[in-house]
Amino acid sequence: MAANEMEFRTCPITGKKVYATTQNLMWINAVTAVVFILIGGIMALLVALTRLPAVHLLSPEWFYKALTAHGLNMLVFWIIFFEVAGLYFGSSVLLNSRLAAPKVAWLAYILMLVGSVLVDVMVFTDNATVMFSSYVPLQAHPLYYLGIILFAVGALTACGIFFGTLAIAKADKTYEGSLPLVTFGLSAAAIIAVFTLACGAIIYIPTFLWSLGVIKNLDPAMYRLIFWGFGHSSQQINVTAMVSIWYLLGALTVGAKPVNEKICRSAFVLYILFINLASEHHLLTDPTLSPAHKIWNTGYFMYMAVLASMIHALAIPMAVEVAQRKKGYTKGLFEWLTKAPWGEPGFPAMIFSLLIFGFIGGITGVVYGTEQLSIKSHNTWALTGHFHATVVGGTTLAFMGLTYYVIPLIFRREIIGKKWASAQPYVYAIGLILLILGMSGAGILGSPRRHWDVTFADSIIPFSFDPTVLLFTTIAALGGILAAVGGAMYVGVSVLSVFLGRKLAPNEAKLVY
Amino acid sequence: MPITSPETYWWKPADKEEKIWISVAIVWCLILFTMMPLWHFVGGQNPSVEPMKIRPDDFDKVTGAFIEKYKIGEESGIPVVKPPDGADVYLKGQMWNWIPILELKKGVNYKFHISSVDLMHGFSLQPMNMNFQIVPGHDNILNLTPTASGTYHIICNEFCGVGHHTMVGKIVVKD
Ligand code: HEM
Ligand SMILES: [Cu+2]
Ligand SMILES: [Cu+2]
Repeated sequence: MAANEMEFRTCPITGKKVYATTQNLMWINAVTAVVFILIGGIMALLVALTRLPAVHLLSPEWFYKALTAHGLNMLVFWIIFFEVAGLYFGSSVLLNSRLAAPKVAWLAYILMLVGSVLVDVMVFTDNATVMFSSYVPLQAHPLYYLGIILFAVGALTACGIFFGTLAIAKADKTYEGSLPLVTFGLSAAAIIAVFTLACGAIIYIPTFLWSLGVIKNLDPAMYRLIFWGFGHSSQQINVTAMVSIWYLLGALTVGAKPVNEKICRSAFVLYILFINLASEHHLLTDPTLSPAHKIWNTGYFMYMAVLASMIHALAIPMAVEVAQRKKGYTKGLFEWLTKAPWGEPGFPAMIFSLLIFGFIGGITGVVYGTEQLSIKSHNTWALTGHFHATVVGGTTLAFMGLTYYVIPLIFRREIIGKKWASAQPYVYAIGLILLILGMSGAGILGSPRRHWDVTFADSIIPFSFDPTVLLFTTIAALGGILAAVGGAMYVGVSVLSVFLGRKLAPNEAKLVY
Repeated sequence: MPITSPETYWWKPADKEEKIWISVAIVWCLILFTMMPLWHFVGGQNPSVEPMKIRPDDFDKVTGAFIEKYKIGEESGIPVVKPPDGADVYLKGQMWNWIPILELKKGVNYKFHISSVDLMHGFSLQPMNMNFQIVPGHDNILNLTPTASGTYHIICNEFCGVGHHTMVGKIVVKD
């Protein structure tokens, strides 16, 4: 897809310049992301059906393999490929600028693709059943670690393209004044990404050498510390990118405009400054940190990042309300909300993302992140419930909502199956809420994560949980199946539309409806 | 629009509603912030972890000696050990058992040393659901006082290979 670097068209709806190179790169990254959510989703369904006591589908070997694949394909490949498309959008499209070094951007894509394919091949050929966290001394094949390293180098390069494009836009004066808020937010995400990927390099390179036998000993505790410097911080990239997309969806669906740019931007700065500190909450029950360190860790500036989320939680609904009232929906306290475009996928996706992330994910996160309550939740299924609220109900749902606009606006195809698209956020959100509820309930009663059999049928020492655990497990699995249906609707609509949707005429302006 | 540069000078003071919301959020954050140390110092709720390193081989030897000394029997091939009141107690995670089975006395304080001789394991005490990460090379030291008699189980909640879901240990507390 060698396009001329200077070739562009003007978007009939937003008036933005869309460069052909940017469009192609966004297309390939987004389509690849959807392929990975498909693989990850099939694994999710298999894992959920194994967890469902009445079905118990997979063998233990396959269960742990599928769970490793689920974590990696979802949390790493789906999310990051989509984010790279988002970074190119936020820099090149929103700033009307050509993309810096498109050839290098293609190289970044190829590195990420080779890395992720290598990882998946290793996992599916039984060479890396280590979960996405691959805690040392559990060892995978060297090519597994190499795959992760290639992927990370590719992602870091993509961040470089983002910053390069910001610089070009500034030099070419393609915009006036400050960066648009969405670009500003994505810049915060990219800055956090650079720190995160540096941690990734610090931990994966020695681990790779260890798997080759070059390094003899790696301290497992040190591995956990640095791994989470990478693993947790990458969740902060997701949070920051997700919040940027909330602002974007607010603008695309109801024309919401931030009420106070200063407040929104300051909140993004708080993310950059404080969010990384939260990483150590993964180690609150580890034998390595002193109690003083843990108290310090759980009782400090982490709350400044929480504060930032609280600010966005006001700013976004407020912007929506103001925009709706301007359109004349002023009756009573809530007409602005009841008359919102609930039938257009972007709006419910944004609202559910905000609610599931904020109310379920945020609250459980703050609770489990305290030292005392970490003892009650560490490695239980409640934890898995927590992050399905943040990274699935929050980030993934927001990305899904955005897809329905990227397809007509950037890829210039009409959505096929608009009704399915409109229903999708509801199905996915309801399934997820049940999944999270079930996981949390079972987990609070002690049910472990990453576990093939909570009835312990094959143990030498017999043990069984309170039967409520099995009830909650069943709710989780049924919710999971519903969420998998919602995921399939997303993949179906987006793949059909991207490949078979009617091509929009150059000046045809068409959002979802 | 958040997708265009702000039209005007945007460094504007916050509105009243925004100020109220942010102040409430800050106060709430401060309350949470002070609760942590309070729980620790007033509530005495934190584990008394003393970070200490121990080589897996050495830990294996110490546990072996501990079992040898206080063994009172065997159950399904796993030694049952009854340490004297207030003794140091050793518990070893090994694919896929918690060794030994312990018999403890209600109301007595024991110093637990828990570690692994192979992979990471997750010490998960049921039914009260208390969870600690067990890391090879590091001794997770916990001061525990059983407050009720009965049978307790330790499951493993960190993935430790294909037999992970069979890893169950036991502690019996007697009056
Ligand atoms: C259809 C939607 C989904 C369903 C039904 C689902 C279900 C599950 C289930 C049942 C587990 C296994 C928990 C265990 O046994 O410990 C799991 C783990 C996990 N899921 Fe999902 N999931 C979904 C989507 C996602 C998405 C979109 C992401 C990330 C963006 C994600 C990230 C993870 C991660 C990181 C784990 C943990 C793996 C590990 O413990 O190593 N999931 N999921
Ligand atoms: Cu184990
Ligand atoms: Cu285990």
